[in-house]
Amino acid sequence: MSGGDAIPEFSKAKSGAKSGDGQEVSLTNLSAFAGGPGIKSGAEVAAILAVAVVIIGGIELALRVFHVPQYIMPPPSSIVYALFDEFPLIAPHLGYTLVELVSGFAIGAIVGLVMAAVITQFPFAEKIVAPYILILVTTPMLALVPLLILRFGFGYTPRIIAVALAAGPMVMINAATGFRRVDSAKIALARSYGASTLQIFWNIRAPMALPMILVGLMIGAIFGLLTAVGAEMVGGGFGLGNRLTSYSSMIQMPQFFAVVLILSTLGILIYVLFFLIGKKWASWET
Amino acid sequence: MSTASARTPKLGVQAATKVYQTGSGDLLALDHCSLDVQSNEIVSIVGPSGCGKTTLLWSMSGLHRLTAGSILLDGKEITGPRPEIGIVFQEANLLPWRNLDANINFPFEIKGEKPDRAWIAHLLNRVGLDGFGGKFPRELSGGMQQRAAIVRALALKPSVLLMDEPFGALDSFTREEMNRLVEEIWLDTKTTIVFITHSIEEAIFLSDRVVVLTTRPGRVAKIYNVPFPRPRSLEIMATKEVFDLTNKIKMDIVGERVRPSTPERPSAEIVRIRP
Repeated sequence: MSGGDAIPEFSKAKSGAKSGDGQEVSLTNLSAFAGGPGIKSGAEVAAILAVAVVIIGGIELALRVFHVPQYIMPPPSSIVYALFDEFPLIAPHLGYTLVELVSGFAIGAIVGLVMAAVITQFPFAEKIVAPYILILVTTPMLALVPLLILRFGFGYTPRIIAVALAAGPMVMINAATGFRRVDSAKIALARSYGASTLQIFWNIRAPMALPMILVGLMIGAIFGLLTAVGAEMVGGGFGLGNRLTSYSSMIQMPQFFAVVLILSTLGILIYVLFFLIGKKWASWET
Repeated sequence: MSTASARTPKLGVQAATKVYQTGSGDLLALDHCSLDVQSNEIVSIVGPSGCGKTTLLWSMSGLHRLTAGSILLDGKEITGPRPEIGIVFQEANLLPWRNLDANINFPFEIKGEKPDRAWIAHLLNRVGLDGFGGKFPRELSGGMQQRAAIVRALALKPSVLLMDEPFGALDSFTREEMNRLVEEIWLDTKTTIVFITHSIEEAIFLSDRVVVLTTRPGRVAKIYNVPFPRPRSLEIMATKEVFDLTNKIKMDIVGERVRPSTPERPSAEIVRIRP
């Protein structure tokens, strides 16, 4: 019975460490999308940190030994210094970006989830809508930002719309995949107790879809971050993207990279957040 | 009329006919299949693969609609799922995101009823799952999962229990253990049971009557009484009567596939009925 379920584990877990499997496999999908396994053992964490120290130290050393000018590549130490030194100035921009990301993502995710839930109930409608969803997913919504700015000005509005447009289809397409995972035996089970369509949705379809929904939310959030920063770079006077263009135009490379560092931290936090949610609520899978 | 109503079967299958519409045309799964199941009886349904056993059971459960014919529960036609009917599915069919307690509460949540805690505790104790309520299905063996599924089905105190090849995925030792458990539960509750199986041994061990279906389209080929006393010990199951009955049923199922010389001295190879 569990033999069939075990197959994906083999293809995925290369380490073969049995103790780590329980945590790793719990969110195969999430970790697959992020391109790496999840939480690691203490020794593995130590090894990762050691590699980081060697790489960062090596870069620092090489940049100083070869006297690489700051405008080409600032040494890691000055990036970290700039991060702390400049942070009070960057912090409000981080706040603006977060506002755009959170509100745009919330709108996109809610619309995407509802559409996925509704559309998958009607296979015919799904067939009709599918190609348009694909266009929405594959079109970089960043391309619409100049247009949105023309229409809505340089404030929050065009950015939030762009984030919602980027995140929504990602959430929708993954959630739809989840909702389509129909287990007729489980639905029959619920029906045998006289469950209504709504009860079947909340008690069977939604929990079954949850792992894929979380994957969609994570990808949507990361696409939302990309789009928010991109939109800020296109126009407007605030946000982390605006800082990037401003610092690079003034050749303030340590500050520029400090912002990049903040952005990658944001990305990692998004991943970790959804990983933890998945571990708590979707660890039944596999 | 009065005698007829006094003898109303628990489940009456009357000329049940089911046609599936498939891409390559209509498929007749059940053809005028008729069968009565009395109260407190265990009836097994056996037959070759694809003979419509599961279709028949699902029609009894009200989850499938018949194309023609009817199935009556206590004389009333079944048109949809009924609370008096419990189902144990192939494999355990537990919800993997719920622990055992939550799985067993699931029917009550759907119905908006309060679960009968004492009865559930009694059942859990009966099947040896005391203290496992907080475990998730993936943490349990196949046999334990199926026991939990039986508890879930019995928790609502159904008067009929439909079991659809419930132990097909289990190893033979676990399967025998589960058979003994079903017998114990039956001796305890006298719930009417309809049991679908591929295993003739299982059918004979459990049943008062064994119904043999024909190859598709499914019709009732033969019905055997199984008169052995309960509880059916290993000694009883090893008697010549049981052996002969097993072979008779095997012959019915294997049918024309057996060469004419074999019925004299049935060999073990005939057991393999899968094409």
